[in-house]
Amino acid sequence: MRRKDVPQDRGLFGEWKEVSYAVDDDGRYTMVPSAGWEPANIANNMAWESIEAEVGAVLSKVRAGELSPLAYHMARHQMDPGLLAGYAGLFRWQVRRHMKPAPFRRISTAIAERYAAIFRITTEELMATPECDPPAGTRK
Amino acid sequence: MPDVIPSFPHRQSAHCESGVAANLLTHHGLPLSEAMAFGIGSGLFFGYFPFVRINHLPLTTFRTAPGWIIRKVGRRLGVRVTFRTFRDEASGMAELDRLLSEGVPVGAQTGVYWLPYFPPALRFHFNAHNLVVCGKEGDSYRISDPVIGEPVLCGAADLTRARFARGPLAPNGKLFFLTNVPKTVDPVPAIREAIRDVCRLMTRIPIPLIGVRGMRYLANRVESWPSRLGERGALLYLGNVIRMQEEVGTGGGGFRFIYAAFLQEAAAVLDEPRLLDFSQRMTAIGDHWRDFAVAGARLCKGRPQGNDDFPALARIVRECADAEDGLFRELDSSMRSGRHAVRR
Repeated sequence: MRRKDVPQDRGLFGEWKEVSYAVDDDGRYTMVPSAGWEPANIANNMAWESIEAEVGAVLSKVRAGELSPLAYHMARHQMDPGLLAGYAGLFRWQVRRHMKPAPFRRISTAIAERYAAIFRITTEELMATPECDPPAGTRK
Repeated sequence: MPDVIPSFPHRQSAHCESGVAANLLTHHGLPLSEAMAFGIGSGLFFGYFPFVRINHLPLTTFRTAPGWIIRKVGRRLGVRVTFRTFRDEASGMAELDRLLSEGVPVGAQTGVYWLPYFPPALRFHFNAHNLVVCGKEGDSYRISDPVIGEPVLCGAADLTRARFARGPLAPNGKLFFLTNVPKTVDPVPAIREAIRDVCRLMTRIPIPLIGVRGMRYLANRVESWPSRLGERGALLYLGNVIRMQEEVGTGGGGFRFIYAAFLQEAAAVLDEPRLLDFSQRMTAIGDHWRDFAVAGARLCKGRPQGNDDFPALARIVRECADAEDGLFRELDSSMRSGRHAVRR
């Protein structure tokens, strides 16, 4: 890649710039700041779209009473049962069980507080069915 | 009283691990560029592991496993690198504070999901990020994160969370710092050993998922994705390879450009002009990987041009594999026969 070809396609990073390696006119390598590159932006966008699609799908299942609000918070934080189990110090099967509405309503206060702390929300927010449309994940 | 190491030489880099290695060594009186650290640490690699899933997608990597660069740089330059992991958060943070109070800049492996200063678009559950903690100010830590332009402040709670992130490659609070740093080092044997190591990894590991064999395997898989996964799945897999190749931290072209920069610098250090040719060829290979990303992204976007399709993408990967195969074999024999030949 030549220095003048270092892409400056602003995508999702805002003001922030990454470092690219490119050769200048004398053929010497230099480090050049890059605002982003369209193909990488497209791939990154695709990853976020699939996360957002997942959040939307889970949210409608929560509203339909098929999944518990926990499943929604997990999707928002890109967590699968194994990952959340790791953070909460529970077994994977326990988290899976808590993704069902009825068992979730019966979880102890201690476990609800543990989950809430991980997602940095209150226990009320944890237990309530999310009302608004899905926020755009953690990307903003 | 703020505990800060004011002179820590923060430089933004392309890749976190080579950046941390270069900045730490520079701080300890061995000035080193990022590309040199990447090269001496034999950071270049390729691996495609369909049975290892990250977010349900097969693991594709253009670099060696996390931690290898720092270990290898330390070993080859005769610097001792001490690693510590921790069972619990309190002792992990206490040890960090103790080291900082002694004026030692401390490397840390972290997840990126909980780092508040990280670009939000890159906050995935990726746990093999590296940074340097170079001071404590009140309840916050001064952090030299090599992918960020300036040292930043990060709250203790956020840093704790990032250091004890869970999931694949969980860091368990891993800290590392340099001890026994020699006054001067002879980089020549280190560079030669490092180059030969990469040549071995890329061409002589008899596992079909690694090195140029892994690239050819990926090419075959790329061809079969549409029929095995359907259109949507195939595009998701493709997008994932493009991200691993181009998204932040690779310096472009799946680390091929940064390695070309290393070969160029090595040519001067070893006084071996032949390495300049290898550097140029490496640049061309990086450019060809970029062609793969461009064509692949057009497919992802639903705007294919000409003959953009999965077989054409597979062909590009095969061409990269052939080019790298030839390059690393020749590079290896040139290192064996050169002026400062190393014997194994």
